[in-house]
Amino acid sequence: MASKTVLDELKRTQILELLEQGKRIDGRALDEPREIVIEVNAIPKANGSAKVRLGDTEVLCGVKIQPDKPFPDVGDKGIFMCTAELLPLSHPTVETGPPQAPVIELARVVDRGIRESHMVDVSQLVIEKDKSVVGVFADIVVIDYDGNLFDACSYAATAALLTSKSPKWTMVDDKVTIVDGEESKLPTTTIPVSVTMGKIGNHIVVDPNGDEWDSMDARVTITTDSDGNICALQKGGSDGFTLDEMVQCGETSIRVGKQIREKLKAAQEGVQ
Amino acid sequence: MGGRDATMVLLDENGIRCDGRKIDEPRKIMIRAGGLKNADGSAYIEFGDNKILVGVFGPRDVHPKHMSNTDTGILRVRYHMEPFSVDERKRPAPSRREIEISKVIKEALEPAVMLEKFPRTAVDVFIEVLQADGGTRCAALSAASVALADAGIPMRDMVAAIASGKVADTIILDVNNEEDQAGQADMPVGYMPNLKKITLLQLDGVLTSEEYKKCVTVGVEGCKLVYEIQKQALNDKYFGKKGD
Repeated sequence: MASKTVLDELKRTQILELLEQGKRIDGRALDEPREIVIEVNAIPKANGSAKVRLGDTEVLCGVKIQPDKPFPDVGDKGIFMCTAELLPLSHPTVETGPPQAPVIELARVVDRGIRESHMVDVSQLVIEKDKSVVGVFADIVVIDYDGNLFDACSYAATAALLTSKSPKWTMVDDKVTIVDGEESKLPTTTIPVSVTMGKIGNHIVVDPNGDEWDSMDARVTITTDSDGNICALQKGGSDGFTLDEMVQCGETSIRVGKQIREKLKAAQEGVQ
Repeated sequence: MGGRDATMVLLDENGIRCDGRKIDEPRKIMIRAGGLKNADGSAYIEFGDNKILVGVFGPRDVHPKHMSNTDTGILRVRYHMEPFSVDERKRPAPSRREIEISKVIKEALEPAVMLEKFPRTAVDVFIEVLQADGGTRCAALSAASVALADAGIPMRDMVAAIASGKVADTIILDVNNEEDQAGQADMPVGYMPNLKKITLLQLDGVLTSEEYKKCVTVGVEGCKLVYEIQKQALNDKYFGKKGD
């Protein structure tokens, strides 16, 4: 996050030396994510919410569902939007003010993973075609930072959406009116799971922690859906991957994503 | 969502309020000191249905540099609400209301913090309202005091805060969201019980001079209740039963 210091250099050397022996600084296997703790309905006033801990990274997502105007070119679809913000209390170097490029990338990558998987069935979120639709806003805030925000934010948004309850609206005299006492599950079609891998030297590790994140040369975030298809990808960082490495990363993301999807399912079933 | 009925009775004939409380009874208050890994000090408060997280950094270098003061440290406070904290989604950018509340909380905390011991530095207090239900500024101020103490920053006293108000012609303690919307007056009070100083006081609504006197008194007494819970939170963390 911050500029490199001597200590960072020493840490990177240590992380690299361990990787040469096939070990990681916190003792995990190379393709092993940190422990994931999901607490759904953390904010009862929201339509859906989830607090996710990925190791020592902690994020919170709240979902708000409310009537909105459709985008002019897609009057037969509802709106889905996902935002992410680094709260200044999450790390000493985070500053207030307009978001910087890395945070904008974070929000867009998380949004894209969920959007491109077509998880939220926006075709079912229409109140009256071209006039009024339902908007689903998943707002994510980072509470504590220890690397790999991409995955933590993605899991929080997905868990919150999976457990969201949507009110029902109809048109009465050309006005959007809430139907009292009617609530239903938000229509979802699949469970997207993002898996972020960092490249340190010639080694690739799944779910880099804060120290690994500061030491890595490049990263890739791959989102897969319930059918095991890859639906979004983002490469970042200032080094490259070989073709073989990218193929390997694709396979890893499907395999690891499958395990994590089970945890999200369990969180969803916990509330039903 | 809001859940409670808008046409409810604010105060019934037995002196019971819309959420079942007596007139001088605060909502359930839980404060936890610490909890954040990266912040120098932190606190979490649940005040009724309010859920607020506070992180403190410092004393640390001031950026931008021109804000620093060679005679004393400075205190900076940001009060911010999450988009999902209220019934209708709030736009993420800071509103005028949030900027004003940040300022009054800052000025309520300044008398408590010994900033003169740390010239040329800043203490940053970041308040995040995760869920709001009326009285967030008081809950935030109480939690911020605990977070500052948790950060080990020298203080003269902690500021405790709670709102008093007027509902159905009666002075009550701890105004909730419904009472704030439908009641006659809302008076947030911040108070340092050891130094016997009021550091935050606001009022909207009409009160007679007698009612005003009663309202402040009720607020100050309420702050003393909150103060005990603040001390307990620090006690639990540093001399605690379970250990943190």
